[in-house]
Amino acid sequence: MILTAPLEFIGRNTLSFLAAIGRVTLFAIETLRQLFLPPFYLREFALSLLQIGWLSLPVVGLTAFFTGGALALQIYSGGARFNAEAVVPSIVAIGMTRELGPVLGGLMVAARVASSIAAEIGTMKVTEQIDALVTLSTNPMRYLTVPRVLAATLAVPVLVAVGDAIGIMGGYFVGINRLDFNAAAYLKNTVDFLEFWDIASGMVKGAVFGFIVALMGCYYGMRSGRGAQGVGRATKSAVVASSVLILASNYVLTEVFFTA
Amino acid sequence: MICLENIHKSFGNNAVLQGINVTVEAGNSLVIIGGSGTGKSVMLKCILGLIPPDQGRILVDGQDAEHAERDAFLARFGMLFQGGALFDSLPVWQNVAFRLLRGALKRSPAEAREIAVEKLRRVGLSADVANKFPGELSGGMQKRVGLARAIAAEPEIIFFDEPTTGLDPIMAGVINDLIREIVVEMGATAMTITHDMSSVRAIADKVAMLHNGVIQWSGPISDIDQSGDPYLDQFIHGRAEGPIEAIR
Repeated sequence: MILTAPLEFIGRNTLSFLAAIGRVTLFAIETLRQLFLPPFYLREFALSLLQIGWLSLPVVGLTAFFTGGALALQIYSGGARFNAEAVVPSIVAIGMTRELGPVLGGLMVAARVASSIAAEIGTMKVTEQIDALVTLSTNPMRYLTVPRVLAATLAVPVLVAVGDAIGIMGGYFVGINRLDFNAAAYLKNTVDFLEFWDIASGMVKGAVFGFIVALMGCYYGMRSGRGAQGVGRATKSAVVASSVLILASNYVLTEVFFTA
Repeated sequence: MICLENIHKSFGNNAVLQGINVTVEAGNSLVIIGGSGTGKSVMLKCILGLIPPDQGRILVDGQDAEHAERDAFLARFGMLFQGGALFDSLPVWQNVAFRLLRGALKRSPAEAREIAVEKLRRVGLSADVANKFPGELSGGMQKRVGLARAIAAEPEIIFFDEPTTGLDPIMAGVINDLIREIVVEMGATAMTITHDMSSVRAIADKVAMLHNGVIQWSGPISDIDQSGDPYLDQFIHGRAEGPIEAIR
């Protein structure tokens, strides 16, 4: 009995982990299926676009600006070891567009949006608003999940693009004020070395991260337990799951985009 | 007519419903009473398809609820939830007119608003409440808005889940009277679940008592005081002593 207890523990947790993956996959498939079924709730979509896209702009912009600045300082001091200070503009641009813009933007959106979606839908669940939707002949997946997931998938790439520009601006600002770069040369270097795919790959990552964030927010909200504790747990799980999935999918996408 | 035949429902090891058989005639008002956690809400949710029963059949006018077309089936129902379940992101009038703003019963926003204001007036709320948000209203007003939403699309069947819980006795009396008036006026079939005996006497044509997963007693409201059923007697008189174990 004592000898088999650790095995039982491992088995139980493995099974529950696999079951969770199955549930999330089914939820994602159902979301995609509902996307193509009428009616489409335009008002909900527009409100989600505003909430997820427009209102996330300050936090994503600030994150990108400070990251771009810090990146410029790091590359300058690191590059100085082998006389490569001049690469600051191009590495800041590539680092921001390919990696830091989408990942940090995605994580900030996860913190801001996955939590608010999970808390909102979780509260709706515990106050029977989801049941009320069903009794009013409205499919909760179509009314709550589809608009949020679609809005996040479309809005986060735009946020990433804006974040990229602000991040590069942060690097530029530090470059010309603290590292004595020539303003025109900094910009020329940035533009010359940046390729279309650097920006596009980051935006594709942004779309995937946006999908993950809203999906996790809706999934955990819909499965929220009873009471304040249930909603709190749903919110925490949504943020943790979306953050981990963003980092994991970022690695997979980077493998696919840049090593294939 | 709503007919529940041998409905069973368990949650894990907890067998909540263990063979419910009950019938509500068209245009009648059935009140289901019973202690907390006896499965009254589960029973209503089984009828609406919010919780699938493990076993048994639910027939609405002879049609099996499981095989009915969902939207058309649900369009026949209105429900007042215990906590109101109002959508707090929408103003009151859009809550009331929710069904009239989308789906098969869709009207123009102006027409839907007009109907919402008229339904609000029917439940004793003035037109200026229409633009407020649910969070700005008192508990009694929220219940009335919930009631207005339940009747907005003039359903044939209305469910009331603990309509007076959390209200003061006067407001509870007002809501009971409103429910009775509306059900009679609309000729609707009504099912109400409650612990409140004043609601039972005000709303019911027929009463059913749920205990240990089955209907312990059912009969017309006029028989409730002479039922001779010790379970029902203990419940309606609120006695701690009797066949129903009270956990202290």
